Amino acid sequence: MAYDKFNNLTSTAVPLPLENVDTDQIIPARFLKATERKGFGDNLFRDWRYNQDDSPKENFVLNNPTYSGKILVAGKNFGSGSSREHAAWAIYDYGFRCVVSSFFADIFRNNCLNIGVLPVQVSPEFLDVLFKAIEADPKAEICVDLTNQKISLSGSEDEESFDISAYKKENLTNGFDDIDYLLNMNEEINDFADKTPL
Amino acid sequence: MSASRTLFDKVWDSHVVRSIENGPDVLFIDRHLVHEVTSPVAFRGLKSRGIKVKYPNRTFATADHNTPTINQHLPVQDPLSANQLKALEENAKEHGIPYWGLGHENNGIVHVIGPENGITLPGATIVCGDSHTSTHGAFGAVAFGIGTSEVEMVLASQCIMQPKPRKMRITIDGKLNTGVTPKDVALYIISQLSTSGATGYFVEYAGEVFRDMTMEGRMTVCNLSIEMGARGGMIAPDEKTFEYIQGRTFTPRGDAWEKALPYWTSLYSDENAVFDKEVEYDGSAIEPMITFGTNPGMGVGIQGGIPLAKEAKGSPSTYKKSLEYMAFGEGDSMIGKQIDYVFLGSCTNGRIEDFRAFASLVKGKKKADHVTAWLVPGSHKVERAIKEEGILEILTEAGFNLREPGCSACLAMNDDKIPSGKYAVSTSNRNFEGRQGPGARTLLASPLVAAAAAVTGKVTDPRTLLETEYA
Repeated sequence: MAYDKFNNLTSTAVPLPLENVDTDQIIPARFLKATERKGFGDNLFRDWRYNQDDSPKENFVLNNPTYSGKILVAGKNFGSGSSREHAAWAIYDYGFRCVVSSFFADIFRNNCLNIGVLPVQVSPEFLDVLFKAIEADPKAEICVDLTNQKISLSGSEDEESFDISAYKKENLTNGFDDIDYLLNMNEEINDFADKTPL
Repeated sequence: MSASRTLFDKVWDSHVVRSIENGPDVLFIDRHLVHEVTSPVAFRGLKSRGIKVKYPNRTFATADHNTPTINQHLPVQDPLSANQLKALEENAKEHGIPYWGLGHENNGIVHVIGPENGITLPGATIVCGDSHTSTHGAFGAVAFGIGTSEVEMVLASQCIMQPKPRKMRITIDGKLNTGVTPKDVALYIISQLSTSGATGYFVEYAGEVFRDMTMEGRMTVCNLSIEMGARGGMIAPDEKTFEYIQGRTFTPRGDAWEKALPYWTSLYSDENAVFDKEVEYDGSAIEPMITFGTNPGMGVGIQGGIPLAKEAKGSPSTYKKSLEYMAFGEGDSMIGKQIDYVFLGSCTNGRIEDFRAFASLVKGKKKADHVTAWLVPGSHKVERAIKEEGILEILTEAGFNLREPGCSACLAMNDDKIPSGKYAVSTSNRNFEGRQGPGARTLLASPLVAAAAAVTGKVTDPRTLLETEYA
C-alpha cells in the first residue's frame, strides 16, 4: 500500500516511559476483526486508555491534554509480541508518524517502515534526555531529520544520530513500497522459482 | 565454498534472489501460510494493484484465530468474525488457494497443521502473518512471522525483503529431570535472556536436550523463539525429523524424496561455523517453570518465589505495574496460588503429546470443582488422535470436556475469554495484560503444570502428583 512520504518532522511528543510495551497493549486482539485498514486509531492502547465501560482512564497519557504531537516516545523493547501490523496501523491512524525508543522488536519495526511510520532507535541515555525534557516542558519539540539521520531537541544542543538502511530511507522519503520493487523483479523471481522445487 | 556455515546460513543463503546494497535481501519463500486475521487487507492490496497471487500452489489457507471452539457445525455467531472467515474463503477461491475452513478434516491452528500435513519441510523458507511461525523451525526450516504488508509482498511476488538477521546458538546439554518438559526449557531460556534478549537474531537450538526431544517438543521450543525476541529458531533435521515428515500429504514422495534426503542431511552447522552470540545452559538445572508477571520472561522455577523489584531486571516501575496487574506481591511463593481457569491448547502446546502429558497426570483424579478447564486440540487430526488413543476417556472420567480446534483462549479473539481478574494457568505463549481477555491474569506453564493446577485448583508442583514417571 502506498503511503505518505516521510520527510523531516518537528513536533511535540507523547511520552510513554514503560518498557516491553507489547502489541497486545497497542491493539488488543479483539479489535483485529476488520477486513479493511481503517479506524484502528480509535482502539490504540485500548485497555490502558479506556475502562471496560468505555469511559476514559484519566491517568493514561493519551487522555491527558497536556501531551500531544506526531511523535511517540516509549520505553525499551517497544512493540514486542504479535506480528499484527494492526499495531503499526493504529499508531499511524491515531496520528503518530514517528516512534522513538531505545529498542524495538523486529517485526514491529519492519511493519512501521512498511507503512511510513519511522522507528527511531536512540541510546538509553538520549531516551532519558527526551523523557526529562518532555516532563519539564510538554511543549518541547523534537526534530527528526531523516535526510541526515539525526534526532534532536529543538533549541538545545542535545542531538543523536540514528540508523536506517539506505534502501528503506529512499522508500520512506519517496513513499515507495517494497511490492513495487518486487514486481519489477518478476522475471528474476520466475527463474529462481523454476529452480526451486515445491 | 570452503567457509564454515551455520544451519541458518545454509537455508537463508540458498533462498536469496538478490541482495540489495545497503538494504535487505530479497528472499524467496517456499511456502506461505495464510489465516483469516492478517490476510484480508493484503488481498485488498492485490486487488487495488490489479494482480493475482503469484504462486497459489505455494500458498495454504486455514481458519483458526477467531473461530469458535464449540458448535463449529453452526454458523459463526459473531458477525465480524463471520465476515473475516467469509473474506478468507472468497479470497482463497478467487486466487485458487487450498483452503481448509471450519469443519474441514485438516482444519486447525496454522502452525499445527503445517507440520501435520507435510507443508513444513527441512531447508524450506516458510512465512505466515503470525509471529509463532517460528514453530516450523523445528524441522530445520527458516520460518518467521511477518506483517500484513509483507503478506501482500509474498502473495504478489513469493518473495520478501528482509535484512539477514544475526545468528545466535543456544546449547543445552545434560538430561532433563522428571516432570520437566520442552515448555519448561523454553520458559527457562526466556527467563534467562528476557523477552528482548534474542531480538535481531535467528536462533539455533543445539545440544543433547534438543536432540533428545520429540518433534512435538522441538516445535514447542521453536514456537517460543519469538518470546525471547528472536525472529525465529531452528533445529538441525535428523532421523526423527525425516521419520515424522515421511508420507504426509505434501511431503515429497518417491524420487523427489530420495533427491531431497541428501540435501536435508547436509543441513547442520559446520564444526567451525561462527555465531554472533552463543549461550549455554545446563539441562539438568531446569525445573518445571511458571510465569508470575505480564511478559513471558517473568518466569521462575515452580518452587521459587517472585523476585523483589530491586532484584528484577529492567525498570522497577514497569515491574511493579506488572505485579499490580497480577495482584501478586514481591517475594510471594508461587506454590499454592489459587487459580480459576486452566487452558490446554494453542500452537505452543496443542499437539497430541501435550494431551498425553495432561492425561498422564489427571488420570484417576478429578478436576477441582471451582476450576473451569478449556481443553482445545490444535487440529482435527489431534482431536481424532485424542479419541483413538483413549485419552478422551481418561479426561472425561476426570471431569474434563474437549472442545473443537482453534487458537481459542490463547488470544481470546473468539468467545473463549478469561474473565477480568481471574487467574488462568495456560499452556499458551503470552501472559501479556489482557491477552486472554480484558483484565485476565495468565500464568504460563507446561501441560503437566496445567494438569496439576486443574486437579488441585492451585499452583502445584506436578512432580508431587506424578505416579508414574512421565518422560
